[in-house]
Amino acid sequence: MEVVYITIGVSIIVAIFFFIVFIKSVKSGQYEDTYTPSVRMLFDDELVTPSDKDKIKDKESKSESTK
Amino acid sequence: MSSKECYHCGADCGKKPIIFNEKEFCCNGCKTVYEILNANELTCYYDLQIAPGTIPKEIKGKFNYLENTEIIEKLLEFNDGSTSVVEFYIPSIHCSSCIWVLENLSKLNKGVITSMVNFPNKTLRITFKNDLSQLKELAELITSIGYEPYISLEDDSKKLHKVDKTLIYQVSIAAFAFGNIMLLSFPEYFEVDEFWLEKYKYLFRWLMFVMVIPVVFYSGKGYFISAYKGLKHKILNIDVPIALGISVLFIRSSIEILLDIGSGFFDSLAGLIFFLLLGKFFQQKTYNFLSFERDYKSYFPIAVTKIVDGLETNIPVNDIKKGDRLLIRNEELIPVDGILINGNAAINYSFVTGESVPTVKQSGDKLFAGGKQTQGAIEMEVISTISQSYLTQLWSNDVINKPTDFTIKNLTDTISKYFTIAILSIAFIAGIFWYFKNPSMAFNVVTAVLIIACPCALALSAPFAIGNMLRIFGYKKFYLKNAETLEKISKITTIIFDKTGTITTSHKTQLKYTGKALTTNELKTVKTVLRASNHPLSRTLYEYIKQKPFSEKLTTFEEVLGKGINASINDIDIKLGSASFVGVNLSSINETSIYVEINKELKGAFIFQNSYRDGLKEVFETLNINYKLVILSGDNEGEKEFLESLLPKNTQFQFNQKPEDKLNYIKNLQQKGEKVMMVGDGLNDAGALAQSEVGIAVSEDVNVFSPACDAILDAKLFNKLPKFLTLSSKTMGIIKTSFVISLLYNLIGMYFALTGQLTPVVAAILMPLSSISIVVFVTIMTNLASKKFVI
Repeated sequence: MEVVYITIGVSIIVAIFFFIVFIKSVKSGQYEDTYTPSVRMLFDDELVTPSDKDKIKDKESKSESTK
Repeated sequence: MSSKECYHCGADCGKKPIIFNEKEFCCNGCKTVYEILNANELTCYYDLQIAPGTIPKEIKGKFNYLENTEIIEKLLEFNDGSTSVVEFYIPSIHCSSCIWVLENLSKLNKGVITSMVNFPNKTLRITFKNDLSQLKELAELITSIGYEPYISLEDDSKKLHKVDKTLIYQVSIAAFAFGNIMLLSFPEYFEVDEFWLEKYKYLFRWLMFVMVIPVVFYSGKGYFISAYKGLKHKILNIDVPIALGISVLFIRSSIEILLDIGSGFFDSLAGLIFFLLLGKFFQQKTYNFLSFERDYKSYFPIAVTKIVDGLETNIPVNDIKKGDRLLIRNEELIPVDGILINGNAAINYSFVTGESVPTVKQSGDKLFAGGKQTQGAIEMEVISTISQSYLTQLWSNDVINKPTDFTIKNLTDTISKYFTIAILSIAFIAGIFWYFKNPSMAFNVVTAVLIIACPCALALSAPFAIGNMLRIFGYKKFYLKNAETLEKISKITTIIFDKTGTITTSHKTQLKYTGKALTTNELKTVKTVLRASNHPLSRTLYEYIKQKPFSEKLTTFEEVLGKGINASINDIDIKLGSASFVGVNLSSINETSIYVEINKELKGAFIFQNSYRDGLKEVFETLNINYKLVILSGDNEGEKEFLESLLPKNTQFQFNQKPEDKLNYIKNLQQKGEKVMMVGDGLNDAGALAQSEVGIAVSEDVNVFSPACDAILDAKLFNKLPKFLTLSSKTMGIIKTSFVISLLYNLIGMYFALTGQLTPVVAAILMPLSSISIVVFVTIMTNLASKKFVI
């Protein structure tokens, strides 16, 4: 049953690891703006490329969205 | 869509929309923005949200000061010579399209490396290359697409404002330890005499001991500090019994595991501190987009145009010296007191007094800091530096700079005084009793009493009740600065109102005509004359007269600065202007008015009237039942009679009050023992708002401006003020009820403690149970109370 020392030790190390990760993420300001990133990630599809085809596509997608 | 809406901003296009690229625009400004975005393949802006834009403002020369290296240095957050970082506050950020277009700035300007929006704070952080872009260029670019950055004197002293995250760390450490300790203490609670459990319990105990150390000495340190401060001021605040409870728990538990008596109360200890901190955390409600600490600096510009030998240079506002000559452009704020040299001054003092009808000044007149020029450019000579100006002097008053004092005694602390004395005497008596009955139990019982009496539930009820109420208030657009404000509101005896801008609206200015009635033709003539004038009062009157103007041109037209207009059309001579201009001698009337004289015959006058907020009468009548009401105005007595007829009889009136007078008036009341609430709006109320127990700023647009205060009320909700006040008192009632419940828990616990039966298991059950049930109780009760008062 000496294995208990190892399991307890491992579990506490894992717990402390996640705790440190949490503190770091607070420190880096991850929780200061919780709104903008949620909007930002939706913009990946709206990449801008300077070609006329895209313009047409834009219009198409727009007419679709209005339907 | 029945009416045509602008493709860019959604405003009504009127009869003649500007058509461009098959799209309709309300004005050239909106069209230009579309052109810029269209040329740069950024039309996606319009797909994300319908009509997301704002009409861009005229900016000619406005950002010239961003060429001044001294100012640039102050604004930049980071600059290593090749790259710079700047953060702009942009009030007009309002939707996801805004985020998208602002984060694609690099498409519009080559120098921009990244741009990032913080939506809740409405800020844009731009990283750019110094050799490709200039700060001025960027400011002008984002202004040209409708996102004008707001740069004020406050940015001048901007240090990287650090958010205090200590409490988050404290809570998370306590939570971490609480969870782990609970798991580790479980085996012993079941008291199975199992071989392996016996063997490992020492390991578990010492692990718990190690984990509880940071909880007591880091997470819980605030309670020791606060208790010490309280004792130093001879106040038995709630933190005294808490600190006592924490220390006794820690010491007794440590002794127990050292001497191998038992497993200690480590889980209760960690749980206690965790719950207490959670309450503190919950009570902290911050509004990212609001500031309760604003002083004149956030209103004032950071730089101003100075004229030296006919040449314009930009200097920081703080460098203005007496005798300097300044150029104030249209829509710019006058930063210092001075004398008007030339130009057509129509100053809007709404920031200061709440009065939105511009005051007309002539050269030689004194101009006060805080006014906004509304018509063309003016030149002025400085007569005092910024800190010496009439308005800004208010901020050197002690009241405004007073530190948060220790004298505020809240409800919890009042009760805790008796509470602490009671538990200390119980512990003492119980100690003596057990000392004679069974001396070995004495230590046990005394510590058990102190542990169980630790007022966890008591300390939690107020933070959760008030915290929840703050959230409900915030949701209803009444923003309180902190929990103390709510407690203070419930003690108010006198309410003082500012007049202009507080009980009157700044948007609607009503006009009233007195004198001989004007014929339709005469009205038309007046309107035709007004069309030629750019004066703000003329513009207002022009819009007020519904008749159509004549299409003929005026035969003669002469505008006498600061006085009025002399014109003739179709052989009719018309004089419009101030009383002295038309030769009327009526110095007793203090209203702003335009007199009309047609063919040398005085017809009458258009009088500008303040319009009062909706429901004003009802608000005053409701409040009159419980409070003394006073109106404290910086204006003249022009509307006294009207107000007296409108408001309850025992309302007091004070007119012609300077900012300092208002402050002193409140001071006097307070010395008589009154608890004063000040409801104001302008910068001239700043002193009064700071001096009063509770200062409420009424704001037309909560996102933009309000002076330093304890609470911000959306102007639209002015008629709900009595309900908010009642709800505050209700909250205090709920807290009192929950105190009774938590005392009951303490009595139950006391039974276990006094009979010497307090085992770790009992403590581990009783402590969280009481805390959680109190939290649930107050949350439900506050929600119910606010539902009953449908706001």
